[in-house]
Amino acid sequence: MDFANLHLSLSNILPEISIAVFLMLVVGFDLIFHEDKKLIPYLALLGLIVTGFLVVRNMGITDSAFAVTSMNSGGMVAVDPFSNYFKLIIILASVIVIFFSMSSSEIKAIYKRSGEYYALMYGMILGMILMVSAVDLILIYLSVELLSLSSYVLAGFTKLRNRNSEASLKYIIYGSAASGMMLYGISVLYGLTGATNLFEINNILQTTQINIFTLSFSIILIFVGLGFKLSAVPFHFWTPDVYEGAPLPITAYLSVASKAAALALLIRFVHSTFVGYVDTNGFWDMISVFDWQTLLIVIALFTMTLGNLTALWQKNLKRLLAYSSIAHAGYLLLGLAVLSNAGMSAVMLYFLAYLIMNLGAFYVVMLVSNDNDKESIDDINGLGFSSPLLAVPLSIFLVSLAGIPPTFGFVAKLNLFAAVIDANLITAVIIALLNTVVSVYYYSRLLKHMYFNKIEDTVAAIKVSKTDTTIVLILAGLIIFFGIFFNNVIEFVKNSAQLL
Amino acid sequence: MVEVGLTHFLVVSAFLFAFGLYAIITRKNAILVLMGVELVLNAANINFVAFSRYSNYGLNGQLMALFVIVLAAAEAAIALAIVLNIYKTFGHVNVDEIDNLKE
Repeated sequence: MDFANLHLSLSNILPEISIAVFLMLVVGFDLIFHEDKKLIPYLALLGLIVTGFLVVRNMGITDSAFAVTSMNSGGMVAVDPFSNYFKLIIILASVIVIFFSMSSSEIKAIYKRSGEYYALMYGMILGMILMVSAVDLILIYLSVELLSLSSYVLAGFTKLRNRNSEASLKYIIYGSAASGMMLYGISVLYGLTGATNLFEINNILQTTQINIFTLSFSIILIFVGLGFKLSAVPFHFWTPDVYEGAPLPITAYLSVASKAAALALLIRFVHSTFVGYVDTNGFWDMISVFDWQTLLIVIALFTMTLGNLTALWQKNLKRLLAYSSIAHAGYLLLGLAVLSNAGMSAVMLYFLAYLIMNLGAFYVVMLVSNDNDKESIDDINGLGFSSPLLAVPLSIFLVSLAGIPPTFGFVAKLNLFAAVIDANLITAVIIALLNTVVSVYYYSRLLKHMYFNKIEDTVAAIKVSKTDTTIVLILAGLIIFFGIFFNNVIEFVKNSAQLL
Repeated sequence: MVEVGLTHFLVVSAFLFAFGLYAIITRKNAILVLMGVELVLNAANINFVAFSRYSNYGLNGQLMALFVIVLAAAEAAIALAIVLNIYKTFGHVNVDEIDNLKE
């Protein structure tokens, strides 16, 4: 083993180091100043800002860390524009979720344990930013577990109601079963190829003859683990229950950040392991050992159809958003199924839009449920008249989730469908478009509740702090702004769509 | 006398994996479900060590097995804490009856 470039590797993984250091700082701070927990969220925010700065500093680099020079391997961690983009997405989501937690009444109720709460959240962040850059099966499994173990605890962290514990139990049972299957798949893949590094596996798949049946078995098992995190059908059963049972900030976080990490990991796994070469039009020429395209298209179409159809009759806002997030996972998988650079950058753009609009929608739902402790769809009746400053942003988020112009959601969806059409997957696009039409129905049902279902007695306006209103308005403003001036952001995403 | 080779280990691990999955699907008691998960993890571990021992693959497999043992312990600790919490809340750990969250 050659340690000559160790300091270079260490400087490449500075964001990860910074998260780990701040994780320990949060724990230490919690122990030393156990009387005063007010400052812990700010410490957590500071850590994210420092990490974000370090990620931006790494922006231009395309390199790998901890490569063994004698074996010509790709190392453990890839530092490339793709991983930096997803790291920024995860950090952005974490910043918003920390503001989220600071004003959520569920998290305020466990004020005494907030040190543990933010420490666990940092555990999740560390797992996720390792996931988006891992190129070795060992690190992939370890980072997935690091993310999972923290999120199992967070799902039931508040213990205020029975449903918190139930969500936690369901999450850990489904999750550990899925990750166990993923591990078995990894062990079979290791046995077939003799390598744990994705690039080495790619090399071996191209040069050696391998039993296709066993290989497909191992890939499907690995896909179970990733599909579970993405809540793709048929591994979605946990999603509505866990999303409804978990405290709202954690629900929002699971629906955005852990999906981002799983999606990035899936893209990297497909791209680094199974792509022979990328042709001049940007289409990926796959090694013909496994039909990724069919698998991804079938899963994507089932996922979006089931998500959208089941969302139609949901009464609980969290459950409705959970099914809507399943449907969006379907669109994201469809973009990946194109297996081209255009599809990949469309997925990345779609995820940025999904992050802003989904977190925004959850934020408003949280502010409403803070006030009256309910999350039913009837609780937003007349919201358009009692608190227009919440209702208008929520309408913007919903319109954007449905993909109607002039919002960011429309731009992202258009970009994604264009990439799918380019690959001549016309049937898939038609089914996806029909799905979008279905989704307009249930999103507009919420609009109807806000603006047309008047209640007899006048409702008092929901009490919201100035910070919360500002954050919601900023998120809504971003949706509209990127919906009109989208050139720069598309350009940025295209430049980021480069894998090692 | 048959020499014990790679195939024997793979068969044992495949059986462990199958039994583990069977336990996860059929058992009602949360503890038994978690034991099923442990079986699946250990099946994978046997695979890693066997492949690493009988093929010229280097030490990555054995390294992975060590990591998995540590993670299985961590996962068991967290899972048992959650099950304990469930027992305090519901008075039993029957997975089938804990279904307040549904449509």
